[in-house]
Amino acid sequence: MAWLGPVRATEAPAQFEPHVQACAPCHGAQGQGTGDVYFPRLAGKPAGYLFNQLTAFKSGRRKYPPMNYLLEYQNEAFLEQIAAYFAAQKPPLPEPAVADVSEAVLARGKSLVTQGDFDKGIPACSSCHGPLFTGMEPAIPGLIGLKASYLSAQLGAWRYGIRTAAAPDCMQLVAARLTEDDVKAVAAWLSSQPAPSDPSPVAKGSYPLPFACGSEPN
Amino acid sequence: MAIRRFGALQLTVRAAVLAAMAALRFPAAAEESRTPSDPAMIARGEYLAHAGDCVSCHTGPEGKLFAGGHAMNTPFGTIYTTNLTPDREHGIGKWTADQFYHAVHTGRGPDGGLYYPAMPFGSFTKVTRADSDAIFAYLQSVPPANTPDRPDDLRFPFNNRSLILGWRTLYFGEGEYKPDASKSDEWNRGAYLVQGLGHCAMCHTAINALGGSSESEAFQGGLIPLQNWYAPSLTSNKEAGLGDWSLKDIADLLRSGVSARGAVYGPMAEVVYNSLQYLDDADIRAMAVYLKGLAEGSPPASASSRIPSDESSLLMSLGKSVYDSRCAVCHGADGAGKPPNYPPLAGNQSIQMSSAVNAIRMVLIGGFPPGTELNPTPVGMPPFAQTLSDNEVAAVVSYIRTSWGNRGAAVTAAQANELRSAPAD
Repeated sequence: MAWLGPVRATEAPAQFEPHVQACAPCHGAQGQGTGDVYFPRLAGKPAGYLFNQLTAFKSGRRKYPPMNYLLEYQNEAFLEQIAAYFAAQKPPLPEPAVADVSEAVLARGKSLVTQGDFDKGIPACSSCHGPLFTGMEPAIPGLIGLKASYLSAQLGAWRYGIRTAAAPDCMQLVAARLTEDDVKAVAAWLSSQPAPSDPSPVAKGSYPLPFACGSEPN
Repeated sequence: MAIRRFGALQLTVRAAVLAAMAALRFPAAAEESRTPSDPAMIARGEYLAHAGDCVSCHTGPEGKLFAGGHAMNTPFGTIYTTNLTPDREHGIGKWTADQFYHAVHTGRGPDGGLYYPAMPFGSFTKVTRADSDAIFAYLQSVPPANTPDRPDDLRFPFNNRSLILGWRTLYFGEGEYKPDASKSDEWNRGAYLVQGLGHCAMCHTAINALGGSSESEAFQGGLIPLQNWYAPSLTSNKEAGLGDWSLKDIADLLRSGVSARGAVYGPMAEVVYNSLQYLDDADIRAMAVYLKGLAEGSPPASASSRIPSDESSLLMSLGKSVYDSRCAVCHGADGAGKPPNYPPLAGNQSIQMSSAVNAIRMVLIGGFPPGTELNPTPVGMPPFAQTLSDNEVAAVVSYIRTSWGNRGAAVTAAQANELRSAPAD
């Protein structure tokens, strides 16, 4: 389940394109995302994160029937290549969304994302996802360029234990402490943030994690 | 999870209970008859377990190998597959080779309890004693998993095992495979694998409301309950009959998942992924010889159309426009495709069958052929459920079913709409 090693870029992207064209209708040919607010951008996310999601869809741990169906009978070596392909794509990030929530909600979102909530034991998103929310190699995803609907659907799934990851499941621990209003606020603020000049995930070990995470080896 | 390859009365044995009871009743026999197996026999057993595709059902999601726990949804409720590892408490660690053979051959556990026919004992009864012993030796060699079996969740009255007696009277014929002396050894080997371990009839023979399938309708095809995939007839060249395929194309399809004539998809992708890709050249060829023979002499399809012609011409013009903009880039304006990665649509039996279910679903949900040793990085068909309306799906499926000499019938938007809600897996 956990990401175990570096991705081997065995094929040049252009030659690999036919193998990922089945992903394009929902995620875009370069993984840039589409108009659908529930289908995430894949481009530029750490390969280990993408691989973990692909194997989770393959095994059924992460449940979304159209994805489970597509990946169930694929080998992990192929999933590694798919992950490497989308990790290497660098299409421009979308324009930030205009948040459709009140200033107070946005402020709550900003506070949770950048500082966390000490009393509730919620760490800042930035403490794992990076000061610029671009994620960290090999398996912590960036949070910029995702739509509010996707972010809040995923946070909701973590909260309710529908989405899980390898133990210790850090994201589930955090999400379980969020309220529905917190989720809405976090999603609204994150989705309205402009792209940093370099949206690449930072190198592995760039900063210590606040706690152990099964998906991100030390 | 949806059921995989099985049809209706999909039921299972509560092996934990059976194993425990067996232990109480036959402790001495179980201990005495155990003899260490040699590595060659275990290797042979592993190969045969692949041929029987035991792993697809007896390994749960993220579960230990053969530890069971795979949910099979059936029209009668959900059953959970059982632990086949040599764990002495929850697996079959206390079984003997005699008990194992008896179980797969007769569909009865060591305590005499009846197995639900989700376990394909109607096919496995044809397996020889030697092959059963090898599979047993292999199963006894895998790491034991201390995983208890999960109770089934079957609705009344299907939770009453005595009903299985009636089912068996109607549909079960016990007996090992009897070679047909008028056929070649190769044909007989293929027949043994297809009818026995391969248990192909579980999907490719129509299943009736009682969850049974008739011997006289063997391999004539049928809709797989709850899966909404149509398992095509293997005896009719109007469907997936392989009568006019070359042996090479059949062997390619079975072993790699793709061929010059078409690719496997849906539930058959699982069969190739977990089972057929592991079989050797000789066995794949034997299966090809037998399968080709099943459909030789079957007449080609005749043209048909169920849509009035004025409506039909509108449908076709929309279908052509969708096809040219979405499909032709891979499958060619002439439907010739670029096999093996882009299957031909012209002359493709899978598209022209009287059931349009598979063609509609492929357009809606797309799909990859299985990743196999011979084709490790397949090219997948994109799903179009998000981008095409019901009308467009119906139009493009009607177009491919009736163009380039194809003899399928047009389909309606209602048919396309109905399949949107079918579970994908």
